Amino acid sequence: MFPTPVERRSAAVQNTYKALLPIALIMWLLPLLMVALFSIKPDSDFTQGNLWGWPSTFAGFENYTRVFTDSAMPRYLLNSVFITVPTVIGAVALSCMTGFALGVYRFRGNIWIFFMFVAGNFVPFQILMVPVRDLTVNMGLYDTRMGLVLFHIAFQTGFCTLFMRNFIRALPRELIEAARVEGVSEIRIFWYVVLPLMRPAIAALSVLIFTFIWNDYFWAVVLTQGVESQPVTAGITAFNSQFRAAYHMMSAGSIIAALPPVMMFFLMQKHFIAGLTLGAVK
Amino acid sequence: MAAPVLSEPAATSQRSFWRRNQMRLAPWLFLAPGIAFFAVYVIFPIFQSFHISLYRWDGLGEARFIGMQNYERLFDDPAFYTSLKNNLRWLLLYLLAIPGGLFIALFLNQQVRGIRLYKSLFFFPFVISQVVVGLVFAWFYNPSIGLLNPLLGLFGAGPVNILGNPNTVTYGIIAAGLWPQVAYCMILYLTGLNAVDPEQVEAARLDGAKGWRMLWYVILPQLRPATFIAVVVTVIGALRSFDMISVMTNGGPFGSSRVLAYYMFEVSLSEYGFRMGYGAAIAVILFLIMMVYIAFFLWRMWREERGA
Repeated sequence: MFPTPVERRSAAVQNTYKALLPIALIMWLLPLLMVALFSIKPDSDFTQGNLWGWPSTFAGFENYTRVFTDSAMPRYLLNSVFITVPTVIGAVALSCMTGFALGVYRFRGNIWIFFMFVAGNFVPFQILMVPVRDLTVNMGLYDTRMGLVLFHIAFQTGFCTLFMRNFIRALPRELIEAARVEGVSEIRIFWYVVLPLMRPAIAALSVLIFTFIWNDYFWAVVLTQGVESQPVTAGITAFNSQFRAAYHMMSAGSIIAALPPVMMFFLMQKHFIAGLTLGAVK
Repeated sequence: MAAPVLSEPAATSQRSFWRRNQMRLAPWLFLAPGIAFFAVYVIFPIFQSFHISLYRWDGLGEARFIGMQNYERLFDDPAFYTSLKNNLRWLLLYLLAIPGGLFIALFLNQQVRGIRLYKSLFFFPFVISQVVVGLVFAWFYNPSIGLLNPLLGLFGAGPVNILGNPNTVTYGIIAAGLWPQVAYCMILYLTGLNAVDPEQVEAARLDGAKGWRMLWYVILPQLRPATFIAVVVTVIGALRSFDMISVMTNGGPFGSSRVLAYYMFEVSLSEYGFRMGYGAAIAVILFLIMMVYIAFFLWRMWREERGA
């Protein structure tokens, strides 16, 4: 193991290390801790200049409740859910099939189709912006959640295909060959042989895509504009102009907006990291 | 291919057609929906953008063909050069996320009690949306309520207004952007360090290698796959920077924190009117820059595939 494990070093080194850990963590998360502190302060603390001290009264409960009762935040959160969940299902479903096709069959053009998905996944959003916005307007889907979902499914299919194809490549081929010898049709092989083996990949991708889409801001401002359809990343701007200079409220709002992917991460940590670091180890 | 026997019922002959050809047809069947979606929303729009960049178009009325004029105008546009210069700054400074992530990964690669929780907490800025990261740092820098100036005060420095000064604003945003990116690189390296061959490390230790020499000659070569991915995602992330600029400064002050991605958006969809053709031209330039990296990535992948 590198660096040398601290257990093998002197007691002084061990204790220094253990003391350094929390200090480093606090420094690392300092900007966030500041916002968390703001979010539980009452309004009066800001006017009286008590910025960094202990909150004069604990107003966390009140602030967070107001985020839900006095603003459109619940609506934005709901929009985010209705945009994110269908996208995850759609992109994962499509890429199970494309990944299967590219991972299992050898045919002419296989590698080029694969490269098309990989390359498309890396292009800058701006090169797609004008035509995609135009297309969405023409389909009558501008400023609808459906318009965003369709685009997200299509775009995420690039990354998901890369992921799924590499995962399927690593599965034992003998299983598929054996099923073929038995005369099982290709469609049943996909459904009954390969899909069950893909469960870990499906879980990892779902958490990743959930986070990516929940956090999307660019397409939200390009394809939607109103409270009816905007997700929370775009809605937070409207929220902040409603509570201009009320830092306790803006802080609470931001924390709420950021929370769902954070919870997803802590609940599904193993899958999340497995997905993110795919390819980081040979 | 054998011709279907005439006396056979149609259903059987259809099934046998599928039977005989399913190995050839199945991949295309599975690919069709994915390719269709991807073509409509990603592949065609790339070509359409190239096309639109040759027109003057407000997004609604008639588009007028003007050839290369949008590109010619671009080369006389000071805002374009500001954006390009800032993109370069992003690209170079964002790469600091890689040594930064490696440093934290080395710091955390221990097995003391509670280390797993520490790793998660160090990582989680990456999970927060860039919009919120942008807001958090904008408040952190804010001269009236931010924690930055009191902190600088402890060292006798400051006060500064990072986001209000055209000379510092881009660096301020990049620093905010580095926060989640360092976390990302850290997790890549933690995973890589986990897979480092312990026998090689012990062997090198017996040979008297330690510290920097060990890191450079023994550990880093084994971390190459992690480094490769870290470089790819960091470069792409740097060129995609948009959310933070939009949230923290709107490209200001005086347009000094624009990058190509943001300037393109501003030109195409802002109160100054919709200049879709001009915006598309900026997008094409950004695309061509990105294409260099994409080509490099694909080339490497192709080499690996051939080796496999």
